[in-house]
Amino acid sequence: MSQPVIYNPRMETLERDDLVQLQTERLQSTLNRAYRNVKFYRSAFDARRVNPEQVRDLRALRDLPFTTREDLRRSYPYDMFAVPLRDIVRMHSTLGTTGRPIVVGYTRNDLRNWTECTARLLTAAGLTEHDVVQIALDYGLFAGGFGFQHGAEQIGASVIPTSLTPGLDKQIMVMRDFKTTVLVTTPSYALSVAAAIEEARLSPAQMQLRLALIGGEQWSDGLRRQIEERLRVACSDVYGLTEVMGPGVAGECHLRCGLHINEDQFIAEIIDPRTLEPLEPGASGELVLTTITKEGFPLIRYRTGDITSLDPAPCPCGRTFARMARVTGRSDDLILFRGVGFFPSQIEEIIFDVEQTSPHYQIILNRESGADTLEIKVEVSERIPSLDELKTLEALRQQIARRIKAALDIDARITFAEPRSLRQTTGGRGRVIDLRPS
Amino acid sequence: MLRILNLEAGYGAMRVLKGISLHVSPGEAVAIIGANGAGKSTLLKTVAGILRPRAGSIVFDRREIGGRPAEEIVEAGCVLVPEGRRVFATMTVRENLLLGAYGRRWRWPWTRLFPRNQRADMFDRRRCAEHVERQLALVFTLFPILRDRQNQLAGTFSGGQQQMLAIARALMSGPRLLMMDEPSLGVAPLVVRDIYRTIADLKQHGLTILLVEQNARWALKLADRGYVLETGQIVLEGTSRELYGNRDVQRAYLGKEYRRIDD
Repeated sequence: MSQPVIYNPRMETLERDDLVQLQTERLQSTLNRAYRNVKFYRSAFDARRVNPEQVRDLRALRDLPFTTREDLRRSYPYDMFAVPLRDIVRMHSTLGTTGRPIVVGYTRNDLRNWTECTARLLTAAGLTEHDVVQIALDYGLFAGGFGFQHGAEQIGASVIPTSLTPGLDKQIMVMRDFKTTVLVTTPSYALSVAAAIEEARLSPAQMQLRLALIGGEQWSDGLRRQIEERLRVACSDVYGLTEVMGPGVAGECHLRCGLHINEDQFIAEIIDPRTLEPLEPGASGELVLTTITKEGFPLIRYRTGDITSLDPAPCPCGRTFARMARVTGRSDDLILFRGVGFFPSQIEEIIFDVEQTSPHYQIILNRESGADTLEIKVEVSERIPSLDELKTLEALRQQIARRIKAALDIDARITFAEPRSLRQTTGGRGRVIDLRPS
Repeated sequence: MLRILNLEAGYGAMRVLKGISLHVSPGEAVAIIGANGAGKSTLLKTVAGILRPRAGSIVFDRREIGGRPAEEIVEAGCVLVPEGRRVFATMTVRENLLLGAYGRRWRWPWTRLFPRNQRADMFDRRRCAEHVERQLALVFTLFPILRDRQNQLAGTFSGGQQQMLAIARALMSGPRLLMMDEPSLGVAPLVVRDIYRTIADLKQHGLTILLVEQNARWALKLADRGYVLETGQIVLEGTSRELYGNRDVQRAYLGKEYRRIDD
């Protein structure tokens, strides 16, 4: 095996004190721009009586207010943009995955930096110009597919943007015939691909596949072993979120000992999600990200909701960027299902709309032959005359399923339960039952 | 090489720099662009020791130089080519150049053994003379016109020639960081090209450069990185390519309007 390569050695191996200087400079200029150009930040800072001038070092970041997903939703569509629309060359959005969407704009420089970031983590995972990369991620409003596309092209690999539309048969046909060496996808789709390969009685040995970059959902080490064995690949974890940039925030190097955060582009903090106080390195808490190069859509102290920890020690691979542990959970009740994130409250709203009473329901997540399934068990309202009226129930079920599909773009199986049968379990997290093996 | 954190400076009640942080790595050329009155010259003057910082730190070669006297900063290897050249008009070219080397002295290695008040003239005249000769030879190869006219009065030079003399004078002390304040100001457009060619040469030879310019086009062509200064604060940092591609920079400093004109 050849020596592992670092895509941008000047940045990725920067000494800590040089990095701190660079981060401070970029943070200050980002704050100055955000304060001048984004009303939300100006009023949030003014409300807390903080001024960008007071941020003299990275520690002072803790005096600044947080930005939440809800803030971004309220800004729909363009209120958080820091540049005029004519400077924006690309937009991505969470539209179609959640009820109230978030729109993220990229300037030309933002796209260039994004490309750099994904190129770095693809290189860190082991991708080279000799690879044939199959990207099985959505290429629409979702930022995932494009981000990896740019980075892989930048490295010079041959990129096949299969996306998710052609279906598993075509996906594995391409994989075999195009001699794909690297697969980029979500954990659940990787399992579906593995299942499809097994079903087609293809041996992974007939494939050229050697590496998989997996992200977009929380996935465990157990699942990683399973994917590695069934696809006969090495698996690398990548982390990113549409609001912040898309993929490219962090990724594992070949040593797989944490995900290197692109610290010249982002400042990472870990906070206690209850007290909101910053935690010391190594402690587990919610990841908070501040962008320090983005022009179009700067984010200051954005609460990602993802639970992880930070290790600032340099890595034996040579990179000095801090590493975040693999995400172990959420600080809120966001459910990640087939790469799509949604909240139980969104399901609740839909059922309420249809049933016209406060619903009792359960969300049951499971995995069948490698693919995640979603079942929503709805308690029949007493307002509906009787369970015998199958016709009414069937109409109701179709209506709920259709509404969920329209709002969240996910297929859910709707089942009904007797009145009062779900009351004991309702409230809080008891509503969500996650049976997916991890 | 140069590392500035939260620098504040001004004149009287006027705060000009409101917490500036920037750095220049060895061998790098860094441009600071900004409109009139943004604080560009104030920044260079403060680093050069002409103005005292009110807060913040200026570290040159791991040594704090903020608030040190100007001559000490020159001696440390950090030299300013001031705005508007400021050559000594009534002196000859050669005299101007020799003055540029004035601060440079090598003390005898055992100087420290003597009380401070006796040290003043204990420097090594031979090594000083050698240094001056070497630097003169260097600037004469860079600017042949100065060799040809070394006995001419500086005041009779054109703007462009004076600018070259001012750069040459700064080089006489053998600096490692050359700071330049608007080298294109008051110089004919054709001569600007020559001046920038010379600066690029100096960069090629390993000199580190911090450049302040209103003429962003030239500055970004030369520099590796840049900062955009607006009303005493830095609002943008990036590689020259990034700044060149930034639409705000294009509108404000490159004279490009909404439609993109590639040149």
